[in-house]
Amino acid sequence: MAERLSVHDPRGYPPKVTGKRLAPRLQNLDGKTVFLVDCLFDNSDVFMDQMQRWFGQHLPAVKTRTIKPKETWADDAEMRTAITADGSAAILGVGL
Amino acid sequence: MAAALEQDGVPTVAVHTHVFARLARATALANGMPRMRQSFVPQPVVDRTPGQLRGYIEGNDPISGRPFVQEVLEGLTKPLDEKDLQGLSFERTTPRLLEPDTAENLHRLFAENHWTDFLPIVLPTEERVERMLKGTKLPPDKVVGRLRPAVFREFWEFTVEKVAVNAVMAGARPEYFPVILALASSGVTARSSSTNSFATISVVNGPIRNEIGMNSGIGAMGPYDHASATIGRAYSLLSQNLQGGSVPGETYMGSLGNWYAYSAAFAEAEERSPWEPLHVQKGFKANESVVCVFFGGWYTHAGYGPRATWQEKMRRSLSAVEQFSPPLLVLDPIAARGFVELGFDKKQKLIDWCAKNALLPAREYWDNQWIQYLNRPRAVAGVEPYASRLRAKPDEIIQIFEPEEINIVVAGGETQGAWKMISGGLRGMASVDAWR
Repeated sequence: MAERLSVHDPRGYPPKVTGKRLAPRLQNLDGKTVFLVDCLFDNSDVFMDQMQRWFGQHLPAVKTRTIKPKETWADDAEMRTAITADGSAAILGVGL
Repeated sequence: MAAALEQDGVPTVAVHTHVFARLARATALANGMPRMRQSFVPQPVVDRTPGQLRGYIEGNDPISGRPFVQEVLEGLTKPLDEKDLQGLSFERTTPRLLEPDTAENLHRLFAENHWTDFLPIVLPTEERVERMLKGTKLPPDKVVGRLRPAVFREFWEFTVEKVAVNAVMAGARPEYFPVILALASSGVTARSSSTNSFATISVVNGPIRNEIGMNSGIGAMGPYDHASATIGRAYSLLSQNLQGGSVPGETYMGSLGNWYAYSAAFAEAEERSPWEPLHVQKGFKANESVVCVFFGGWYTHAGYGPRATWQEKMRRSLSAVEQFSPPLLVLDPIAARGFVELGFDKKQKLIDWCAKNALLPAREYWDNQWIQYLNRPRAVAGVEPYASRLRAKPDEIIQIFEPEEINIVVAGGETQGAWKMISGGLRGMASVDAWR
């Protein structure tokens, strides 16, 4: 019978995951402002422009505004403040 | 950012391309928001026309198979259920020891769990790890640092003992352990999840090179000495295992992969270099032992010289590099001495020449997706030198690197006057002596 070896686990120590709540959803988007957040990846601006056109043609009662963070992959508190103040919902994209 | 907006009370949908679905969901889970609303469009978005992107919007989400816009609209308006409101809190632990098993079964377990690089490993038995720990005076439970595969992932923490486990797996010897600990402490992962398939190239300077027999002569860049081969491999294995994985589709998204990621560590040939060594350039004393970590490995150019047309050759190489990843030049001592004969009596003079001759038309500089991601926002914000590069007319020739981004190391066996130009920005430095 082959010898049984005791070996170490090679993995590091993961952090505790703390649950976060999702925001309450809207009953509908009519009359609301949806921020389209261009995440700065190549061609994301074109994608968001097309999203804005789609809303304009299919859901004209929804107001849309495009916005960009200051940097790629970085939280932009100032941008979030603007969205919270003037918007009701957000669509982020196009993230890799 | 989507999680932060949800926390701010803003219902949010994050749109990703479909190849990132597993990664996006794993990241949401690690953020405690596993039910974050995510919708997917086909890959790629880059280089698609407005009409093609409109087609994505009007088409189906390739992950759910449902209309993309329906996914987005429901993501913002469909009422939440109890699980959505709770989020998900949980502890994740990794045990110190695995269940005892046969060597054959353990090798299979390590491979199946993506804990190896798929080359044979040395199983980290308690005895072997204990022997490795004798390579440092520091206690096994000392925290060495934290690593993560990407800026949007969570940091995992690790101790001296955990680094020793991975050093054993790589086949390293205890006398190499301080170098491996220094690399682990650098804060730079050798297993980035970037789509650019980045790797790291580690340069070792100071007395430790000779103490542990690192080869800076013939075949310096490998695979021709035990220390360099296993130190580079240990850094790679510890990065993937201590940061929470490097698994394709989940924690690794490099499209092509990278052979440098197996093992890329070497020593500078300080004794045969006509210039001051790298670590001294960076402010360390000559008698200190230091590791410098270069992040890149994306391109490699090479040449000989300096021959009569070296300037033309070097200019072509400098203009052909990827402009988001500055070059690390590795020069054989013959090539280095040749540059001295041409008047480059200091490394810095050659670095300055390279910076002045790394040129591109502005149009080409900006027509690069990573320059668009990383440097364009800085340019728009007025940060120099990016702002000046953005102001340049499309055909204007611009300098693409600053001197401080370019580095030169001397290594090689003097069998020819070779040089290599490797993608590698200096990302981290660490004292080896602190880990002895």
